[in-house]
Amino acid sequence: MHFEFKNKKITGILTIVPKNTVKFDDEIENYNFTAKQSMKLKLVMGYDERRVATTGVCSSDLCEYGMNYLFDNNLLKKDEVDALIMVTQSPDYFMPATSCILHGKLGLKKETYCIDINQGCAGFIIGLIQAFMLLEQDTINKVVLLNADVLSPKISKKDRNSAPLAGDAASVTIIEKSEESSKIIADVNFDGSNALCLNIPAGGFRIPSTSETAIMKEDEAGNLRSLDNLVMKGDDVFNFVLNKVPEQIENLLHSENLSNDDIDYFICHQPNRFMLQKLADKLGVSYDKLPNNIVEHFGNASGVTIPTNISFNLKEQDRKLKVCLSGFGVGLTWASMILDLDVLKFNKLIEF
Amino acid sequence: MIREKVLEILMENRPDIENIENAELVNDGLLDSFDIVTLVTDLDKAFEINIDGADITPENFNTVDSIVELVKKNGAK
Repeated sequence: MHFEFKNKKITGILTIVPKNTVKFDDEIENYNFTAKQSMKLKLVMGYDERRVATTGVCSSDLCEYGMNYLFDNNLLKKDEVDALIMVTQSPDYFMPATSCILHGKLGLKKETYCIDINQGCAGFIIGLIQAFMLLEQDTINKVVLLNADVLSPKISKKDRNSAPLAGDAASVTIIEKSEESSKIIADVNFDGSNALCLNIPAGGFRIPSTSETAIMKEDEAGNLRSLDNLVMKGDDVFNFVLNKVPEQIENLLHSENLSNDDIDYFICHQPNRFMLQKLADKLGVSYDKLPNNIVEHFGNASGVTIPTNISFNLKEQDRKLKVCLSGFGVGLTWASMILDLDVLKFNKLIEF
Repeated sequence: MIREKVLEILMENRPDIENIENAELVNDGLLDSFDIVTLVTDLDKAFEINIDGADITPENFNTVDSIVELVKKNGAK
């Protein structure tokens, strides 16, 4: 699906990461790698440090902390929030929506429109599209997009496919109407036939969690996980990304007669360094222009890696940039967007 | 020459695999995705190539012959 928007812009991004840091070197014995392989994978995949929420901390706690930081520092006023979009795969409850929980905790006005979206690695772009559509309304001038996931409790420590990369984080993005009419373009695709390539099998209505679903079982690669844990078919996901994402980005560029040289930065979701380097190679862009350093510092916090990437790598931004955003993963979903990123009112990373 | 180098890299990465030349490395469960990632990195470096991400599939790493074909396809000389 192709989207085009005008007269909208991102005006602020705040990324919130847990203070708690977990180091790959301290976890090596969990993963059934040889010592030599561990050292190699550390370099190739970017395994190093990741931020993990402490027990009991939920996605909404990170969001609440971030929102209050903005209110307390006069970067956002409560009565300005016309819409609150919460993109998460780790809601507080099945019902009500976490955006409604936050609406109450933050004391937002009754007119604020609240909506939850269940999306992961493409969730920043999906959330931006939702925000831009809401801003078409005369009644909505400012949208707050929350991306947050605390999925680490659902990842088995003995699952080397997922555990060395798992991170928790949240972001608050402010999107507003703009006088500038530069075009924003996006393409979003889905492949539901492979929806279970990234999945938490039990815990929903289809397979409720029971003592049976909590039993840890070993797979053929020696990973230990239960049906209550996240499972990722890594090979399938890798192959899907390297086949579909470059094509989507190239098509988006061509649709506006743009080339790689017209883009200042390719800000992509960051599952691991190896995949990002192969993606950059395939697109023919330098690693400087397509940063791959988020996983090694923070881990992969699904939909929050793109805003983390912006807060971490573009914090010194002093001019308007043309950026290509790209997120890919659960769904399967792949989404890319090209837009101008003006100097932001705030662009910061804080610890919870 | 290419085959010898591929074998050397394979054996360096997985010295524990017996009869590597005749094995079905992926189908027999001898190589997993992490082995493939480290192999790709070593092959890229050794042959001064850049294996296309879309070519990093289990089939292309199932036998020594398929790996040799893969590196040739990606420019190894």
